Amino acid sequence: MTPELFIQYLFAGITYGIIYAIVAIGFNIIYNTTGIINFAQGEFVMLGGMIAITMNAFMPMTLAIMVAVLITMVVGALIEMVFIRWLESPSVLRMIIITIGISILAREVALHIWGESVRALPYFIGNEVTSVSILGARISPQVLWVIGVCSLMVAGLSLFFKFTSLGREMRACAANRRAATLCGINTKNMVTLSFVLSAGIGAVAGCVMSPITYSDYSMGPNLAIKGFTVAILGGLGNSLAAVAAGLLLGIIEAFSVSVLPLAFQDAIATAILLLILFIRPHGLFGSSEAASLKEF
Amino acid sequence: MDLLKRYIPVLFLLGLVIGIQLMTHFTGTGYYLTQLTMSAYYSVVVIGLCVLMGYGGQISLGHAGFFAIGGYLAGALTTHNLMPFKDYGLITFLDRTGMLVASKDLYGGDLLTVEPWAACITAVLAAGIIAFTIGGPVLKLKGHYLAMATLGFGIIIYRIGLATQYFGEADGISEVPGFKLLPGIEVSGSFGARVLNYYIAWAVVIVAVILLLNLIHSRVGRALRSIHGAEEAANAMGVNTSRYKLYIFVLSAVFAALAGVLVTHYNGGIGPSEAGVMKSVRYVAIVAVGGMANIWGALIMGIVLNFLSLRGVFGSYDDAVFGIILIVIMLFAPQGILKINPWQQVKSFFSVLAAERGEDTADS
Repeated sequence: MTPELFIQYLFAGITYGIIYAIVAIGFNIIYNTTGIINFAQGEFVMLGGMIAITMNAFMPMTLAIMVAVLITMVVGALIEMVFIRWLESPSVLRMIIITIGISILAREVALHIWGESVRALPYFIGNEVTSVSILGARISPQVLWVIGVCSLMVAGLSLFFKFTSLGREMRACAANRRAATLCGINTKNMVTLSFVLSAGIGAVAGCVMSPITYSDYSMGPNLAIKGFTVAILGGLGNSLAAVAAGLLLGIIEAFSVSVLPLAFQDAIATAILLLILFIRPHGLFGSSEAASLKEF
Repeated sequence: MDLLKRYIPVLFLLGLVIGIQLMTHFTGTGYYLTQLTMSAYYSVVVIGLCVLMGYGGQISLGHAGFFAIGGYLAGALTTHNLMPFKDYGLITFLDRTGMLVASKDLYGGDLLTVEPWAACITAVLAAGIIAFTIGGPVLKLKGHYLAMATLGFGIIIYRIGLATQYFGEADGISEVPGFKLLPGIEVSGSFGARVLNYYIAWAVVIVAVILLLNLIHSRVGRALRSIHGAEEAANAMGVNTSRYKLYIFVLSAVFAALAGVLVTHYNGGIGPSEAGVMKSVRYVAIVAVGGMANIWGALIMGIVLNFLSLRGVFGSYDDAVFGIILIVIMLFAPQGILKINPWQQVKSFFSVLAAERGEDTADS
């Protein structure tokens, strides 16, 4: 493998990896405040991309993306309010089935609105053939957009959770819900907020990735599986580890293409998922003692 | 007395099966039998999964994978021509022991394929062994992890079917021959054998139901229910929880694989969509509607929903219907729709309201 090709694969891996990481962080935000794995996480990414593409016909792209992200956030809030808010201590099995149902429903609605065709937003800068040269490899500027925007989001989220009072309240909710309630935090609103937030970052990722990876109604489950793999790989609930794990999975996948048939690419992530679940269910960076205390 | 109570519904089912056949015969609506046959096979998967989910409390989002293992192996073995390998020792040995059948293809060429019985046993055994192998580590997981692990297994099987030339890639396997169970009794989709196949399918269902009914009323069934109730407590009482979970996982996988084999012979083919995630979710949905720990509920819902779906009643909203069913059932009636007591619901709703109002006045 030539160094140029190596860099090329590496960038492809980082691009996908950071998208997986964003999906994984979406999982983590909701898991931390509710203990629920939201199986419909991938659908937020799909909705963001698809709405932005439709809106782009009527308004400039920046505005279209903002509208798309807002709409997806509202959808996230609605999902939480309609399906989850009023359930009293539902069992995990029940929540799994409900969120799977939501994901199917979202996908079917998307199918009836947008049909089966594959769409894409235009490139933010230049077009399909524009490229910048990095260490001899030709990289599309859109790849840099994806990496930049996603990194900014990760950094922004860390700051939000660390320094704003709202972020602190959400973390308190994650640490101990009852104690948080006793401190006067409205935990129900925090749960809604966690859905809004994870819908929002999913939608942003869906928009920036759309020009290179394209968007269609059925992209959700695949992303959700990859995102979940990454979330587990990093240790459920740990967002910074998710970034590292996402990059790892993205790069493994990118290089696997040079060895295995493309059809097996998705099977690799799934195989890694199974392997991790069997060997280290608390993740590469998590502690097994802490994991054994959690309720899955 | 107890036994009688257990078998009365089975006799009732038998009567219903015969009654429906006679009715379609006299009203000239024999075409319904095709979908009823298919629904019957799918219901075998559903009742197997019902015991795993409802009694054992273990969710599986990968049962379409086991169905596909059965269907694909049976299809591939009975379809692919072994003539070019005739001189290999293994093939000669199989041929001598009667495991292979020679026939002619459409153009008069010689075909040498695996005998359907041998293929069926191989396929079901393979599914059982795979379930046994992955069951060990998978069933150690709980909740979300268990759901994702089984989902992952289903995806891998789907991908293998889609990417392997032997399994026909995206086209799947077609022109699968019929399956002669006994001389004169053949599982096949030929027009003349419709009534016969209807009865074969229902015979399979009834045998499966009797088997499972006996199982859940035995020591194993009680152990499973204790696991569902509280795994740690069951363990402390001396129930070997991991062994029972594994047994029931393998059993339900075998049921799914058997259904896969029979459907493949009946349809004359199988495609990758049978292994898709949506199929697995659909089985789970049916078990949920039926009321989880309720074999009869799962069977009834399995027949009704599969029949409606196969008849195309839901049109392009097929998947959406199953999604809505999942959500609505889990939100409002986690015990299944057969257990809904409307009066109870209304009463509990008002009692909640009253309690809230009481709290409010207490606060102020």
